[in-house]
Amino acid sequence: MIHARRFILSAASSLALIAAAPATAQGFITVASTTSTENSGLFEHILPIFQEETGIEVRVVSQGTGQALETGRRGDADVVFVHARAQEEAFVAEGYGVQRFDVMYNDFVIVGPNDDPAGLRDAADAAAAMAAIAGAEASFASRGDDSGTHVAEMNLWAAAGVETAGTWYLSTGSGMGATLNTAAQVPAYALTDRGTWLSFENRGDLEIVFEGDPVLFNPYGIILVNPERHAHVKAEQGQAFIDWIISDDGQTAIASFTVGSEQLFFPSAASE
Amino acid sequence: MDGPFATAFSLIASGDPALMQIIGLSLRVTLTAVLIACAVGLPLGAALALARFPGRGAVIVVFNALMGLPPVVAGLIVYLMLSRSGPLGSLALLFTPTAMIIAQTLLILPIVISLTRSVVEDLWAEYREQLLSLGAGRLRAVPTLLWDGRVSLLTGVLAGFGRASAEVGAVLIVGGNIAGHTRTMTTAITLETARGQLGLAVALGIILLTLTLTLNAVAWGAGQWARGRLG
Repeated sequence: MIHARRFILSAASSLALIAAAPATAQGFITVASTTSTENSGLFEHILPIFQEETGIEVRVVSQGTGQALETGRRGDADVVFVHARAQEEAFVAEGYGVQRFDVMYNDFVIVGPNDDPAGLRDAADAAAAMAAIAGAEASFASRGDDSGTHVAEMNLWAAAGVETAGTWYLSTGSGMGATLNTAAQVPAYALTDRGTWLSFENRGDLEIVFEGDPVLFNPYGIILVNPERHAHVKAEQGQAFIDWIISDDGQTAIASFTVGSEQLFFPSAASE
Repeated sequence: MDGPFATAFSLIASGDPALMQIIGLSLRVTLTAVLIACAVGLPLGAALALARFPGRGAVIVVFNALMGLPPVVAGLIVYLMLSRSGPLGSLALLFTPTAMIIAQTLLILPIVISLTRSVVEDLWAEYREQLLSLGAGRLRAVPTLLWDGRVSLLTGVLAGFGRASAEVGAVLIVGGNIAGHTRTMTTAITLETARGQLGLAVALGIILLTLTLTLNAVAWGAGQWARGRLG
Protein backbone atom coordinates (compact mmCIF):
# COMPACT_ATOMS: atom_id res chain seq x y z
CA MET A 1 0.00 0.00 0.00
CA ILE A 2 2.87 2.33 0.78
CA HIS A 3 4.15 1.75 -2.73
CA ALA A 4 0.76 2.45 -4.19
CA ARG A 5 0.50 5.66 -2.20
CA ARG A 6 3.93 6.82 -3.29
CA PHE A 7 3.02 6.04 -6.88
CA ILE A 8 -0.15 8.08 -6.63
CA LEU A 9 1.73 10.94 -4.98
CA SER A 10 4.36 11.09 -7.68
CA ALA A 11 1.70 10.87 -10.34
CA ALA A 12 -0.24 13.66 -8.68
CA SER A 13 2.85 15.84 -8.64
CA SER A 14 3.46 15.16 -12.30
CA LEU A 15 -0.14 16.18 -12.96
CA ALA A 16 0.51 19.39 -11.05
CA LEU A 17 3.54 20.01 -13.25
CA ILE A 18 1.40 19.64 -16.34
CA ALA A 19 -1.18 22.03 -14.97
CA ALA A 20 1.54 24.55 -14.23
CA ALA A 21 3.10 24.35 -17.69
CA PRO A 22 0.87 26.86 -19.53
CA ALA A 23 1.43 29.49 -16.82
CA THR A 24 5.20 29.46 -17.28
CA ALA A 25 4.91 29.45 -21.05
CA GLN A 26 4.47 33.18 -21.51
CA GLY A 27 5.95 34.71 -24.60
CA PHE A 28 5.74 31.91 -27.10
CA ILE A 29 4.13 31.76 -30.50
CA THR A 30 3.08 28.80 -32.58
CA VAL A 31 4.21 28.75 -36.20
CA ALA A 32 2.68 26.30 -38.68
CA SER A 33 5.32 25.57 -41.27
CA THR A 34 6.34 22.98 -43.80
CA THR A 35 8.26 19.75 -43.58
CA SER A 36 10.91 21.15 -45.92
CA THR A 37 11.94 23.92 -43.53
CA GLU A 38 11.91 21.58 -40.52
CA ASN A 39 13.59 18.59 -42.17
CA SER A 40 16.39 20.70 -43.61
CA GLY A 41 17.31 21.99 -40.14
CA LEU A 42 16.71 25.68 -40.95
CA PHE A 43 14.63 26.34 -37.82
CA GLU A 44 17.23 24.81 -35.52
CA HIS A 45 19.65 27.32 -37.01
CA ILE A 46 17.60 30.55 -36.98
CA LEU A 47 15.17 30.21 -34.05
CA PRO A 48 17.79 30.31 -31.27
CA ILE A 49 19.05 33.59 -32.77
CA PHE A 50 15.55 35.08 -32.71
CA GLN A 51 14.85 33.86 -29.18
CA GLU A 52 18.17 35.30 -28.02
CA GLU A 53 17.27 38.72 -29.42
CA THR A 54 13.63 38.93 -28.34
CA GLY A 55 13.01 36.33 -25.63
CA ILE A 56 10.09 34.99 -27.65
CA GLU A 57 9.99 31.21 -27.97
CA VAL A 58 8.85 29.93 -31.35
CA ARG A 59 7.09 26.58 -31.39
CA VAL A 60 7.09 25.12 -34.88
CA VAL A 61 4.54 22.58 -36.03
CA SER A 62 5.77 21.26 -39.35
CA GLN A 63 3.16 19.99 -41.78
CA GLY A 64 2.53 20.04 -45.50
CA THR A 65 1.61 23.50 -46.81
CA GLY A 66 -2.07 22.51 -47.18
CA GLN A 67 -2.28 21.28 -43.60
CA ALA A 68 -0.28 24.24 -42.28
CA LEU A 69 -2.71 26.69 -43.88
CA GLU A 70 -5.62 24.68 -42.46
CA THR A 71 -4.00 24.92 -39.01
CA GLY A 72 -3.90 28.69 -39.49
CA ARG A 73 -7.52 28.79 -40.70
CA ARG A 74 -8.64 26.95 -37.57
CA GLY A 75 -6.71 29.44 -35.44
CA ASP A 76 -4.32 26.83 -34.09
CA ALA A 77 -1.23 28.81 -35.09
CA ASP A 78 -0.26 32.47 -34.82
CA VAL A 79 1.88 32.57 -37.95
CA VAL A 80 2.05 30.40 -41.08
CA PHE A 81 5.32 30.07 -42.99
CA VAL A 82 4.81 28.07 -46.17
CA HIS A 83 5.52 27.80 -49.89
CA ALA A 84 2.53 27.70 -52.24
CA ARG A 85 1.98 31.23 -53.40
CA ALA A 86 -1.52 30.88 -54.88
CA GLN A 87 -2.81 29.18 -51.74
CA GLU A 88 -1.13 31.78 -49.54
CA GLU A 89 -2.77 34.60 -51.46
CA ALA A 90 -6.14 32.85 -51.16
CA PHE A 91 -5.53 32.50 -47.42
CA VAL A 92 -5.07 36.26 -47.12
CA ALA A 93 -7.93 37.05 -49.53
CA GLU A 94 -10.34 34.91 -47.48
CA GLY A 95 -9.45 37.01 -44.45
CA TYR A 96 -7.61 34.30 -42.51
CA GLY A 97 -4.26 36.02 -42.91
CA VAL A 98 -3.29 39.67 -42.50
CA GLN A 99 -0.62 40.10 -45.16
CA ARG A 100 1.88 37.92 -47.00
CA PHE A 101 5.59 38.77 -46.92
CA ASP A 102 8.30 37.28 -49.12
CA VAL A 103 10.96 35.65 -46.96
CA MET A 104 13.27 33.48 -49.02
CA TYR A 105 13.40 30.99 -51.81
CA ASN A 106 15.08 27.80 -52.70
CA ASP A 107 14.43 25.68 -55.75
CA PHE A 108 13.03 22.32 -56.68
CA VAL A 109 15.12 19.65 -58.32
CA ILE A 110 14.13 16.35 -59.89
CA VAL A 111 16.01 13.41 -58.45
CA GLY A 112 16.05 9.95 -59.96
CA PRO A 113 18.01 6.72 -60.35
CA ASN A 114 21.52 7.50 -61.60
CA ASP A 115 21.05 5.33 -64.73
CA ASP A 116 18.27 7.82 -65.61
CA PRO A 117 15.92 5.48 -67.58
CA ALA A 118 13.76 8.35 -68.87
CA GLY A 119 16.75 10.44 -69.98
CA LEU A 120 16.02 13.52 -67.88
CA ARG A 121 19.61 14.76 -68.08
CA ASP A 122 18.92 15.61 -71.76
CA ALA A 123 15.60 17.37 -71.13
CA ALA A 124 15.38 20.95 -72.39
CA ASP A 125 13.13 22.25 -69.63
CA ALA A 126 11.10 21.05 -66.64
CA ALA A 127 7.96 20.35 -68.68
CA ALA A 128 9.98 18.23 -71.12
CA ALA A 129 11.52 16.38 -68.17
CA MET A 130 8.12 15.53 -66.75
CA ALA A 131 6.86 14.48 -70.19
CA ALA A 132 9.90 12.20 -70.54
CA ILE A 133 9.08 10.45 -67.26
CA ALA A 134 5.47 9.89 -68.33
CA GLY A 135 6.53 8.85 -71.83
CA ALA A 136 8.90 6.20 -70.48
CA GLU A 137 6.38 5.24 -67.77
CA ALA A 138 9.31 5.43 -65.36
CA SER A 139 8.37 5.22 -61.69
CA PHE A 140 7.65 8.59 -60.07
CA ALA A 141 7.08 9.07 -56.33
CA SER A 142 4.70 11.94 -55.62
CA ARG A 143 4.03 13.57 -52.26
CA GLY A 144 0.29 13.33 -52.94
CA ASP A 145 -0.42 15.34 -49.78
CA ASP A 146 -1.48 18.79 -51.00
CA SER A 147 1.82 20.24 -49.82
CA GLY A 148 3.60 23.10 -51.55
CA THR A 149 5.87 20.61 -53.28
CA HIS A 150 2.89 18.56 -54.41
CA VAL A 151 1.17 21.66 -55.79
CA ALA A 152 4.35 22.58 -57.68
CA GLU A 153 4.51 19.04 -59.06
CA MET A 154 0.88 19.17 -60.25
CA ASN A 155 1.60 22.47 -62.02
CA LEU A 156 4.55 20.84 -63.80
CA TRP A 157 2.43 17.89 -64.96
CA ALA A 158 -0.19 20.34 -66.23
CA ALA A 159 2.50 22.29 -68.12
CA ALA A 160 3.71 19.02 -69.65
CA GLY A 161 0.14 18.06 -70.57
CA VAL A 162 0.42 14.71 -68.81
CA GLU A 163 -2.29 12.61 -67.11
CA THR A 164 -0.72 11.08 -64.01
CA ALA A 165 -2.52 7.77 -64.19
CA GLY A 166 -0.84 4.39 -64.26
CA THR A 167 1.14 2.03 -62.11
CA TRP A 168 4.30 4.10 -62.64
CA TYR A 169 2.82 7.00 -60.65
CA LEU A 170 3.18 6.41 -56.90
CA SER A 171 1.23 8.79 -54.68
CA THR A 172 2.85 8.31 -51.27
CA GLY A 173 0.62 10.69 -49.31
CA SER A 174 3.51 11.55 -47.01
CA GLY A 175 6.13 14.16 -46.26
CA MET A 176 9.21 14.98 -48.36
CA GLY A 177 11.59 12.74 -46.42
CA ALA A 178 9.24 9.77 -46.45
CA THR A 179 8.67 10.25 -50.18
CA LEU A 180 12.45 10.33 -50.80
CA ASN A 181 12.83 7.16 -48.73
CA THR A 182 10.25 5.54 -51.02
CA ALA A 183 11.89 6.90 -54.19
CA ALA A 184 15.29 5.56 -53.07
CA GLN A 185 13.84 2.09 -52.61
CA VAL A 186 11.81 1.73 -55.82
CA PRO A 187 13.93 3.47 -57.32
CA ALA A 188 11.76 6.26 -58.69
CA TYR A 189 11.99 9.85 -59.84
CA ALA A 190 10.76 12.49 -57.41
CA LEU A 191 10.40 16.24 -57.22
CA THR A 192 12.03 17.62 -54.07
CA ASP A 193 13.08 20.96 -52.70
CA ARG A 194 16.85 21.28 -52.78
CA GLY A 195 17.07 21.92 -49.03
CA THR A 196 15.52 18.62 -48.03
CA TRP A 197 17.57 16.81 -50.65
CA LEU A 198 20.90 18.26 -49.48
CA SER A 199 20.29 17.28 -45.88
CA PHE A 200 18.78 13.90 -46.78
CA GLU A 201 21.12 11.01 -46.14
CA ASN A 202 19.34 7.84 -47.24
CA ARG A 203 19.78 8.54 -50.96
CA GLY A 204 20.52 5.04 -52.22
CA ASP A 205 20.89 5.25 -56.00
CA LEU A 206 19.29 8.66 -56.39
CA GLU A 207 20.96 11.71 -57.90
CA ILE A 208 19.83 15.08 -59.14
CA VAL A 209 18.93 14.45 -62.79
CA PHE A 210 17.27 17.76 -63.62
CA GLU A 211 17.65 21.26 -62.21
CA GLY A 212 17.90 24.91 -63.12
CA ASP A 213 14.65 25.71 -64.95
CA PRO A 214 13.29 29.03 -63.56
CA VAL A 215 9.83 27.44 -63.12
CA LEU A 216 11.38 25.35 -60.35
CA PHE A 217 11.80 28.49 -58.27
CA ASN A 218 10.25 27.87 -54.81
CA PRO A 219 9.36 31.02 -52.86
CA TYR A 220 8.42 30.97 -49.16
CA GLY A 221 5.99 33.43 -47.65
CA ILE A 222 5.11 34.29 -44.07
CA ILE A 223 1.66 35.42 -42.90
CA LEU A 224 0.24 36.50 -39.55
CA VAL A 225 -3.05 34.74 -38.81
CA ASN A 226 -5.74 37.41 -38.69
CA PRO A 227 -6.58 38.38 -35.09
CA GLU A 228 -9.95 39.65 -36.34
CA ARG A 229 -10.82 36.02 -37.13
CA HIS A 230 -9.21 34.52 -34.08
CA ALA A 231 -8.99 36.93 -31.19
CA HIS A 232 -6.52 34.76 -29.26
CA VAL A 233 -3.82 35.10 -31.95
CA LYS A 234 -0.67 36.59 -30.43
CA ALA A 235 -0.51 39.34 -33.00
CA GLU A 236 2.21 41.36 -31.31
CA GLN A 237 4.71 38.54 -30.85
CA GLY A 238 3.75 36.96 -34.18
CA GLN A 239 4.35 40.26 -35.97
CA ALA A 240 7.66 40.61 -34.09
CA PHE A 241 8.75 37.29 -35.56
CA ILE A 242 7.69 38.33 -39.07
CA ASP A 243 9.42 41.70 -38.70
CA TRP A 244 12.59 39.97 -37.56
CA ILE A 245 12.66 37.33 -40.28
CA ILE A 246 12.32 39.94 -43.04
CA SER A 247 14.80 42.30 -41.34
CA ASP A 248 18.50 42.36 -42.19
CA ASP A 249 19.24 40.24 -39.11
CA GLY A 250 16.73 37.56 -40.02
CA GLN A 251 17.73 37.53 -43.66
CA THR A 252 21.40 37.21 -42.71
CA ALA A 253 20.55 34.32 -40.39
CA ILE A 254 18.76 32.53 -43.25
CA ALA A 255 21.63 33.12 -45.66
CA SER A 256 24.16 31.79 -43.14
CA PHE A 257 22.46 28.40 -42.89
CA THR A 258 24.42 25.82 -44.83
CA VAL A 259 24.53 22.06 -45.18
CA GLY A 260 27.89 20.67 -46.27
CA SER A 261 28.99 24.24 -47.19
CA GLU A 262 26.03 24.70 -49.55
CA GLN A 263 23.60 27.52 -48.85
CA LEU A 264 20.03 26.13 -48.81
CA PHE A 265 17.78 29.20 -48.70
CA PHE A 266 18.22 32.57 -50.38
CA PRO A 267 16.79 35.68 -48.69
CA SER A 268 14.18 37.49 -50.77
CA ALA A 269 12.40 39.90 -48.43
CA ALA A 270 11.76 43.26 -50.05
CA SER A 271 14.27 45.69 -48.59
CA GLU A 272 12.71 48.85 -47.26
CA MET B 1 29.18 6.00 -34.57
CA ASP B 2 29.06 2.99 -36.91
CA GLY B 3 26.04 0.85 -36.02
CA PRO B 4 22.73 1.99 -34.56
CA PHE B 5 23.60 0.25 -31.28
CA ALA B 6 26.80 2.27 -31.02
CA THR B 7 24.83 5.43 -31.85
CA ALA B 8 22.22 4.58 -29.22
CA PHE B 9 24.89 3.95 -26.63
CA SER B 10 26.83 7.13 -27.33
CA LEU B 11 23.56 9.14 -27.31
CA ILE B 12 22.75 7.83 -23.84
CA ALA B 13 26.33 8.17 -22.62
CA SER B 14 26.57 11.78 -23.80
CA GLY B 15 23.51 12.66 -21.69
CA ASP B 16 22.37 14.96 -24.52
CA PRO B 17 19.88 17.34 -22.82
CA ALA B 18 17.53 17.36 -25.83
CA LEU B 19 17.36 13.56 -25.76
CA MET B 20 16.84 13.47 -21.99
CA GLN B 21 14.05 16.00 -22.37
CA ILE B 22 12.40 13.82 -25.05
CA ILE B 23 12.66 10.69 -22.90
CA GLY B 24 11.36 12.53 -19.84
CA LEU B 25 8.41 13.95 -21.75
CA SER B 26 7.54 10.57 -23.29
CA LEU B 27 7.52 8.89 -19.88
CA ARG B 28 5.62 11.74 -18.25
CA VAL B 29 2.90 11.75 -20.91
CA THR B 30 2.46 7.98 -21.08
CA LEU B 31 2.65 7.30 -17.33
CA THR B 32 0.15 10.08 -16.61
CA ALA B 33 -2.19 8.67 -19.25
CA VAL B 34 -1.84 5.18 -17.75
CA LEU B 35 -2.58 6.54 -14.29
CA ILE B 36 -5.69 8.43 -15.38
CA ALA B 37 -6.90 5.43 -17.38
CA CYS B 38 -6.47 3.22 -14.29
CA ALA B 39 -8.18 5.67 -11.97
CA VAL B 40 -11.20 5.71 -14.29
CA GLY B 41 -10.99 2.29 -15.88
CA LEU B 42 -10.48 0.01 -12.87
CA PRO B 43 -13.66 1.02 -11.02
CA LEU B 44 -15.62 1.33 -14.27
CA GLY B 45 -14.48 -2.10 -15.48
CA ALA B 46 -15.34 -3.67 -12.11
CA ALA B 47 -18.73 -1.99 -12.12
CA LEU B 48 -19.37 -3.30 -15.61
CA ALA B 49 -18.47 -6.80 -14.42
CA LEU B 50 -20.86 -6.78 -11.50
CA ALA B 51 -23.74 -4.58 -12.61
CA ARG B 52 -26.69 -5.93 -14.56
CA PHE B 53 -28.53 -3.48 -16.79
CA PRO B 54 -30.18 -3.53 -20.21
CA GLY B 55 -27.66 -3.01 -23.00
CA ARG B 56 -24.76 -4.28 -20.88
CA GLY B 57 -23.72 -6.68 -23.63
CA ALA B 58 -23.57 -3.86 -26.13
CA VAL B 59 -21.44 -1.73 -23.79
CA ILE B 60 -19.02 -4.63 -23.33
CA VAL B 61 -18.75 -5.17 -27.09
CA VAL B 62 -18.13 -1.46 -27.67
CA PHE B 63 -15.29 -1.30 -25.14
CA ASN B 64 -13.78 -4.49 -26.53
CA ALA B 65 -13.90 -3.02 -30.02
CA LEU B 66 -12.41 0.29 -28.85
CA MET B 67 -9.27 -1.60 -27.83
CA GLY B 68 -8.59 -1.56 -31.57
CA LEU B 69 -9.26 2.17 -31.97
CA PRO B 70 -6.65 3.39 -34.48
CA PRO B 71 -4.40 5.91 -32.69
CA VAL B 72 -4.66 8.32 -35.61
CA VAL B 73 -8.47 8.38 -35.22
CA ALA B 74 -8.17 9.00 -31.47
CA GLY B 75 -5.75 11.80 -32.32
CA LEU B 76 -8.07 13.28 -34.90
CA ILE B 77 -11.02 13.30 -32.47
CA VAL B 78 -8.96 15.01 -29.77
CA TYR B 79 -7.57 17.43 -32.38
CA LEU B 80 -11.06 18.46 -33.51
CA MET B 81 -12.21 18.89 -29.90
CA LEU B 82 -9.18 20.94 -28.81
CA SER B 83 -8.64 22.99 -31.95
CA ARG B 84 -9.38 26.69 -31.55
CA SER B 85 -12.31 26.15 -33.91
CA GLY B 86 -13.49 23.16 -31.85
CA PRO B 87 -15.78 23.02 -28.80
CA LEU B 88 -12.91 23.10 -26.29
CA GLY B 89 -10.72 25.52 -28.23
CA SER B 90 -10.75 28.20 -25.54
CA LEU B 91 -8.71 25.91 -23.25
CA ALA B 92 -5.72 26.42 -25.59
CA LEU B 93 -4.62 22.81 -25.13
CA LEU B 94 -3.79 21.85 -28.72
CA PHE B 95 -0.05 21.28 -29.30
CA THR B 96 0.62 20.81 -25.57
CA PRO B 97 1.68 17.74 -23.55
CA THR B 98 -1.78 17.79 -21.93
CA ALA B 99 -3.38 17.18 -25.33
CA MET B 100 -1.10 14.18 -25.82
CA ILE B 101 -2.08 12.82 -22.38
CA ILE B 102 -5.77 13.11 -23.29
CA ALA B 103 -5.26 11.27 -26.59
CA GLN B 104 -3.23 8.49 -24.99
CA THR B 105 -5.75 8.12 -22.16
CA LEU B 106 -8.44 7.54 -24.81
CA LEU B 107 -6.28 4.76 -26.27
CA ILE B 108 -5.55 3.02 -22.97
CA LEU B 109 -8.92 3.36 -21.29
CA PRO B 110 -10.74 0.65 -23.32
CA ILE B 111 -7.93 -1.82 -22.58
CA VAL B 112 -8.10 -1.18 -18.83
CA ILE B 113 -11.91 -1.30 -18.75
CA SER B 114 -12.22 -4.47 -20.82
CA LEU B 115 -9.50 -6.34 -19.02
CA THR B 116 -10.76 -5.32 -15.58
CA ARG B 117 -14.25 -6.40 -16.53
CA SER B 118 -13.05 -9.78 -17.65
CA VAL B 119 -10.81 -10.39 -14.60
CA VAL B 120 -13.41 -9.23 -12.07
CA GLU B 121 -16.18 -11.20 -13.75
CA ASP B 122 -14.18 -14.43 -13.42
CA LEU B 123 -13.24 -13.74 -9.80
CA TRP B 124 -16.84 -12.87 -8.94
CA ALA B 125 -18.05 -16.14 -10.44
CA GLU B 126 -15.51 -17.96 -8.32
CA TYR B 127 -15.92 -16.16 -4.98
CA ARG B 128 -19.49 -14.94 -5.21
CA GLU B 129 -20.91 -17.29 -2.55
CA GLN B 130 -18.04 -16.68 -0.19
CA LEU B 131 -18.18 -12.89 -0.47
CA LEU B 132 -21.95 -12.80 -0.12
CA SER B 133 -21.82 -15.06 2.94
CA LEU B 134 -19.34 -12.66 4.51
CA GLY B 135 -21.96 -9.99 4.04
CA ALA B 136 -20.17 -8.12 1.23
CA GLY B 137 -22.57 -6.71 -1.34
CA ARG B 138 -21.56 -6.32 -4.96
CA LEU B 139 -20.29 -2.81 -4.38
CA ARG B 140 -18.36 -3.72 -1.24
CA ALA B 141 -16.77 -6.63 -3.07
CA VAL B 142 -15.14 -4.42 -5.73
CA PRO B 143 -11.94 -3.47 -3.85
CA THR B 144 -11.43 -7.08 -2.74
CA LEU B 145 -11.88 -8.40 -6.25
CA LEU B 146 -9.56 -5.78 -7.76
CA TRP B 147 -6.93 -6.57 -5.15
CA ASP B 148 -7.27 -10.29 -5.80
CA GLY B 149 -6.91 -9.79 -9.51
CA ARG B 150 -3.99 -7.36 -9.30
CA VAL B 151 -1.46 -9.60 -11.03
CA SER B 152 -3.69 -10.16 -14.05
CA LEU B 153 -4.69 -6.50 -14.02
CA LEU B 154 -1.04 -5.47 -14.06
CA THR B 155 -0.63 -7.26 -17.39
CA GLY B 156 -3.51 -5.25 -18.80
CA VAL B 157 -2.06 -2.02 -17.51
CA LEU B 158 1.30 -2.89 -19.11
CA ALA B 159 -0.47 -3.62 -22.39
CA GLY B 160 -1.99 -0.16 -22.12
CA PHE B 161 1.39 1.39 -21.40
CA GLY B 162 2.85 -0.43 -24.38
CA ARG B 163 0.12 0.78 -26.70
CA ALA B 164 0.50 4.38 -25.57
CA SER B 165 4.29 4.54 -25.53
CA ALA B 166 4.58 2.89 -28.95
CA GLU B 167 2.02 4.93 -30.85
CA VAL B 168 2.88 7.93 -33.00
CA GLY B 169 -0.30 8.80 -34.92
CA ALA B 170 -2.18 10.45 -32.07
CA VAL B 171 0.65 12.38 -30.41
CA LEU B 172 1.85 13.67 -33.77
CA ILE B 173 -1.55 15.18 -34.57
CA VAL B 174 -2.40 16.66 -31.18
CA GLY B 175 1.15 17.44 -30.02
CA GLY B 176 2.58 18.71 -33.30
CA ASN B 177 6.06 17.28 -32.67
CA ILE B 178 7.35 20.68 -31.50
CA ALA B 179 11.04 20.56 -30.63
CA GLY B 180 11.62 20.89 -26.89
CA HIS B 181 7.92 21.01 -26.16
CA THR B 182 5.89 18.11 -27.54
CA ARG B 183 8.54 15.95 -29.23
CA THR B 184 8.38 12.38 -27.92
CA MET B 185 10.45 9.30 -28.65
CA THR B 186 8.09 8.11 -31.38
CA THR B 187 7.62 11.47 -33.10
CA ALA B 188 11.40 12.02 -32.99
CA ILE B 189 11.85 8.63 -34.67
CA THR B 190 9.35 9.65 -37.36
CA LEU B 191 11.18 12.94 -37.93
CA GLU B 192 14.63 11.36 -38.16
CA THR B 193 13.25 8.78 -40.60
CA ALA B 194 11.85 11.61 -42.73
CA ARG B 195 15.27 13.26 -42.62
CA GLY B 196 16.80 10.07 -43.95
CA GLN B 197 18.82 9.74 -40.72
CA LEU B 198 17.92 6.08 -40.42
CA GLY B 199 20.79 5.24 -38.06
CA LEU B 200 19.70 7.88 -35.56
CA ALA B 201 16.06 6.76 -35.92
CA VAL B 202 16.96 3.16 -35.14
CA ALA B 203 19.12 4.29 -32.21
CA LEU B 204 16.14 6.16 -30.74
CA GLY B 205 14.05 3.02 -31.32
CA ILE B 206 16.56 0.95 -29.38
CA ILE B 207 16.42 3.40 -26.48
CA LEU B 208 12.60 3.29 -26.48
CA LEU B 209 12.60 -0.53 -26.51
CA THR B 210 15.13 -0.61 -23.68
CA LEU B 211 12.94 1.67 -21.57
CA THR B 212 9.86 -0.47 -22.24
CA LEU B 213 11.81 -3.63 -21.47
CA THR B 214 13.06 -2.20 -18.17
CA LEU B 215 9.61 -1.12 -17.10
CA ASN B 216 8.15 -4.54 -17.94
CA ALA B 217 10.95 -6.33 -16.10
CA VAL B 218 10.27 -4.25 -12.99
CA ALA B 219 6.52 -4.94 -13.23
CA TRP B 220 7.08 -8.66 -13.77
CA GLY B 221 9.47 -8.80 -10.83
CA ALA B 222 6.93 -7.02 -8.64
CA GLY B 223 4.26 -9.51 -9.75
CA GLN B 224 6.49 -12.47 -8.95
CA TRP B 225 7.33 -11.00 -5.58
CA ALA B 226 3.65 -10.45 -4.75
CA ARG B 227 2.80 -13.98 -5.86
CA GLY B 228 5.58 -15.52 -3.78
CA ARG B 229 4.73 -13.56 -0.68
CA LEU B 230 1.04 -14.27 -0.76
CA GLY B 231 1.19 -17.79 -2.15
